[in-house]
Parts: sequence; C-alpha cells; structure tokens
Amino acid sequence: MIKIKNLQVSIDEKDILKGIDLEIPKGEVHAIMGRNGSGKSTLANTLAGNEKFEVKNGSIHMNDVDITEMSVENRALNGIFVCFQYPVAIPGVSMAYFLRAAINAHFEHQGKEEMDAVEFLNKSKKILSELNLDDSFLKRSINDGFSGGEKKKSEILQLLALNPKFAILDETDSGLDIDALKTVANGVNKFNSKNNSTLIITHYERLLEYINPDVVHVMVDGKIKKSGDMSLAKEVEKKGYSWLLK
Amino acid sequence: MIDKNQKIIDRNLDQKYKYGFTTNVEQIKFEPGLDEEVITKLSNIKNEPKWLLNWRLKAYKNWQKMKEPTWANIHYDPIDYQALSYYAAPKVKNRKNLDEVDPEILETYNKLGISLDEQKKLEGVAVDAVFDSVSITTTFKDELAKYGVLFCSFSEAVTEYPDLVKKYLGSVIPYTDNYFAALNSAVFSDGSFVYIPKNVKCPLELSTYFRINASNTGQFERTLIIADEGSEVSYLEGCTAPMRDENQLHAACVELIAHEDATIKYSTIQNWYAGDKNGKGGIYNFVTKRGKCAGDRSKISWTQVETGSAITWKYPSVIMQGNDSIGEFYSVAVTKNKQQADTGTKMIHIGKNTKSTIISKGISAGEGQNTYRGGVKILKNAENARNFSQCDSILIGDKCGAHTFPYIDVKNQTAKMEHEASTSSIGEDQLFYCNQRGINLDDAVSMIVNGFCKEVFEELPMEFAVEAKQLIEVTLENSVG
Repeated sequence: MIKIKNLQVSIDEKDILKGIDLEIPKGEVHAIMGRNGSGKSTLANTLAGNEKFEVKNGSIHMNDVDITEMSVENRALNGIFVCFQYPVAIPGVSMAYFLRAAINAHFEHQGKEEMDAVEFLNKSKKILSELNLDDSFLKRSINDGFSGGEKKKSEILQLLALNPKFAILDETDSGLDIDALKTVANGVNKFNSKNNSTLIITHYERLLEYINPDVVHVMVDGKIKKSGDMSLAKEVEKKGYSWLLK
Repeated sequence: MIDKNQKIIDRNLDQKYKYGFTTNVEQIKFEPGLDEEVITKLSNIKNEPKWLLNWRLKAYKNWQKMKEPTWANIHYDPIDYQALSYYAAPKVKNRKNLDEVDPEILETYNKLGISLDEQKKLEGVAVDAVFDSVSITTTFKDELAKYGVLFCSFSEAVTEYPDLVKKYLGSVIPYTDNYFAALNSAVFSDGSFVYIPKNVKCPLELSTYFRINASNTGQFERTLIIADEGSEVSYLEGCTAPMRDENQLHAACVELIAHEDATIKYSTIQNWYAGDKNGKGGIYNFVTKRGKCAGDRSKISWTQVETGSAITWKYPSVIMQGNDSIGEFYSVAVTKNKQQADTGTKMIHIGKNTKSTIISKGISAGEGQNTYRGGVKILKNAENARNFSQCDSILIGDKCGAHTFPYIDVKNQTAKMEHEASTSSIGEDQLFYCNQRGINLDDAVSMIVNGFCKEVFEELPMEFAVEAKQLIEVTLENSVG
C-alpha cells in the first residue's frame, strides 16, 4: 500500500527527516512514537503533500504509484487522509457544507453522482452519534471555537465520512480526556479494515492500547530508530526515549 | 507556492464580465458640456416645474464653488466635466406602454436577467428599469397602488406627486453637502421614487435596475424613498454597464426618510464594469447615500455588495434623529485587478437610545486596493447611544492592499462603543486543509470567502443572497493557485 524510501525532508533549509524507510501493507495499522521535534508531524505533512515541506530526496509510493510530486488535492482524492493535530478554523463555513463538499469532490473524482442531502444527513447523523456528538454539530463553523476534544472528534467524523485508503493520525490523542480518548479510539477501530491502512503518530502509548497496532516504530532525530510490536510501545512508555538516543 | 499563486492570480485577470455588451438603440443625446443652458434644457425636456429648475441652478452655482474631494484613498486622472454628455435617452414616443419600448431595450433587460414583462416577473419583486438617463418602465404599479404604495420614476413623481418631492428632495442630502452630491443635484436625470403610506407593509420587494449604455455620458440618478409612520419596505438596486475603454462617471444620490416606527431596508448589488486588467476603462462610482431616521423607533438598514466599478467612493449613512432609532450598515466590497474602493459609512446619533451596527468585509485580490472608512458620531443629547463596528479584511495574493480608517467622535459620556478589526491573508493553512479533503482551490477560495461574508449575505433578501454569492464566486475565480 504505502512505501516510503529514504525520505529526506527539510523546512526553511533545515533538515527534519533524514532518510525514512517505511512500508505499510494493506490492512495494517502502524504507529510511530517519538519525542517532540523528532519529525513526526513533518512526516504527516509530507505524506499529505504540504508544499511548505521540501522533499530533498527519496520517494513515496502508494499502490505502486509514485506520489512524491502529486498535489495535495490529488493525493486526497486518491485516498490519503490526515487527522490534523491542530485543524484550522474556517469561520462562517458550516461543518455540513464543508463535509458535503469534501464527499462530493471524492464522488466526482470516482465518477459518481453527487450525494443528495438526505443521504448525507443520514450518514453524518449516524457517525455523529457514534462519536457522542449532537446533530447540531453540523451547523457549527468548522473548527471555529471548537474545544480540543471537539476538534479531534471533527477530524474522526471526516475520516469516517470520507473512508480513505490510507489514514494518518497526527497526535490525535493529545489533549483528550479518557472518555474522549476512548470515543476517538473506537472511531479509529471502526475505520480500520483489511482494505485500508493507518499510521498513528503519537507521544504516548495510551491511545495504542485501545487500537493495538500491528507494528510500532520509534522515531529519533528524523530517522526510524527501532521497530517492533506493542511491547516496544510499552517499553518506551516505561523507560522514555533516552535509551534509544545512543 | 507564492510564485505559483502569483501566476494564477495574473492569469485570472482576463476575467469575463458577462454584462459588458452594448445595446444599439436610437437615442437623443446632449452635446458634451455643462452650463446653465444645459441644465435649463434638461429641465425643459422633462417638463419640470420652475422651482425644480431653480433648485438645480442653485446646486450648479454651489458646485462651481466647490472642489473635488481628495481625501479618499483613490487615485485617478482628473475628470473633464465639460467632456461629458449630461443627457442620453433612447427615443421612445410614449414610455407608459411597454409595447412602445424599443425591443432592443427589452432584450437588454432580458439578457441581464430582468424581465420587464409582468407575466414573467421575478416572484414578488417590482422593478423600475433605468436606462442611461431615463426610466423605461416600472412594473406592478397597479398592484402596488392598491396598497397606496407609490413606486415610479423620479421624473414621473415630479409631475404626479410634486408636493412630496418638493418636501423631501434635498432634505437628507442638501445640494451643499459635497461635490458629487451638488453635481448630481444640478444634473440628475431620473431615478426611482417610493412612498409607503402609514402602517403599510409593502407587499413586494421594490427594485431598480440601473443600466449605463451610451458612451461618454455620465449617469446621475436620484432616488427618494419615504416610509411614513409604521410602514415597512425592502428595496434593492442592481447596476451594470458595457465594457468601454474610457472611464464613465456615475454620481448618484439616494435619500431615505423613515418616520416613526417605520423600517427601510436598502440593498445594493453593484456590478458596474470594473475596467480591464490594466485598469483601462470602468465606471467611476461616486455616490452619496444617506438615510434619516426622522421618527422615534424608526430603522434604516443598508446592505451592499460592491464588486464592480474601477473606483468606488461611497458611504451610505444613517442620521438617527428619532429616539430609539436604529442604523445598520452591512458591506462586502471586493477589489481585484486595479480596482480601488474607498467605502464605509457614517452613523450619526442624535436621539436617545439610538443604536448602530456596522459590519464591513473587504476582500482584495490582484492589485486591488480596498479601504474602509467609517465614522461614528455621538452628539451631546444622544443618551445611551450604542455602536458596534466590525471591519474585517481578507487579502488574496501579495500585491493588493487593505486599509481601515475608523473615525469616532463622542460627545456624550453614556455612549458605548465597540470596535473590532482584523486583516488576514486568505490562509494557506485553510487552503491546504480544504485541499487535503479533496476540495480544489477555486471551490476552497469561494468557500472561505463566502464564509467570511456570511454575516452580510444573511442580510440580503433571499433571491439576491444567492446572486451575491455567485457573483463573488465568479469574481474571484482563479484568484489563488
């Protein structure tokens, strides 16, 4: 599904990613753990195609197609989705309007008819209740005045509504209380299937306990230092990152 | 990213203006030039009473002593007022009957999406159609007459309702007010007249559609709306003009009077030709609009969506004379290419417990310059006056500008004022977020801008809110890359 080879990325001439190699087969959930500043969010943004991040070297393939140079929009339409750590507010644009525009952009790309309003409402209401959100959520301006928890739930709502092939969760657990964390984890588990792949980026193993990833990687200074299973996440939780720095 | 943005911004600028066609019609047109003789000839052609001619001539004398204002944040070559023609009208024998109107003109309005045929009318909207210097026809007059509502061209009002015209003309905007108002008072040719009798809620939306067609002419229309005690009216004006290489002058005056408990809602969708991408051609829009809340608990609300004109100079204002009266101003102004807009409002609080609201949204793209200029004045006796002002600007690209000039003058200690202002670039983060969800740049820009304008669009009558939204979308198409 996703193949990342020797990926080197810089921002404002500062090297952040220094050669990432990562393969995530279809149906698998991978986690990347790392300290602040280790390059985790840079990886998420680079996979999404954010042009502020310059790819100096290496490549990204999705289903054997080289997407390293592909635009943000085309990557999205081809099935890449990022749950952002700090999703931006768009005042005056309702959640419903935004979400429907996003769904219909995907439908158009797939050559399907627009989703009608009734179907859209039924679909979104179902997801909203799974996320313990009120229907009135759809009327609010996107991310405008949302609490930390609401922002994360809004991202999961979009994830479930768009049902992408490859989801990247960038610190989706940060700032959540335990109930919200469980709700979000349930949402992610609902999404995960044998037909898609997920990359979870986090500081802590807390969220991973609920999701149980197939592979855990630890990132240090722009490189993947160690990979393993859930026991690696537990070890990091217990011992911190310093033992990996050597 | 910036380079790419710029390229696409530049590319957008051969934007099509779909109302830029010209109508071929036989016309009566004055030779260029302005003096007392021209004004007298104009007044005679319209069979005006003596008092009105005298009023015009006084205005003209006054204008001659005045200087063109230079304080606005706009730049243009001097206007040669002697090079303009002050009257152009299609040749029509009897304008009262639609059958005798030149079919070319009817076709023009059809092309503009305005049917003057009442059978095919826009639901619930009565239209006065002004073509160059004259009103072509007014629809639904009979229907409105049943309610005692008077809606006709200004010229007709001068003949039919001289007492009302004489009483109110210049009562809100005297001819001494400013340079362009004085010029308009001297040479105005037509416009709309509305009178809503006591306790009548006008059953239709009233609207005037202004079309400039002839070349080398100025359009100087005058609109007068009087809402008697306890009445209510919603009025909308739309404007377009052909694409011409020379600049054309449009200097209008709009006066509104709201008596006790009356409400006037005045909406404008201004889409005059804006000139080409190099700033050649386009309308110079110098307009004076003012409303007087004469009676207690009266309310005047201005809503404007300004997308056209090479230059816009316009400050729809409200004088809150009655106690508990309300003034409102909602504005969206878009400038792109080399367009310049200096627009805003003046809220003058005279009565007690008067309340005003100002919401201004400026959008600049290309090399457009957008200025908000707003004054709030609270006079000595205006106990407990309140004002809320919010001025937001959004910039698209890095060659445009947004400027805000708020003026506040408070003479009563009990006043409460709030002012909020913001300027932001259309966020690359916002665009990235939309793109990441599969939404393309054009859709993302129009979504973000429409969200930005939402509070203003909500004030427009339903049908026009949709039109305004589409107009903004077309205007800003391809403005970001």
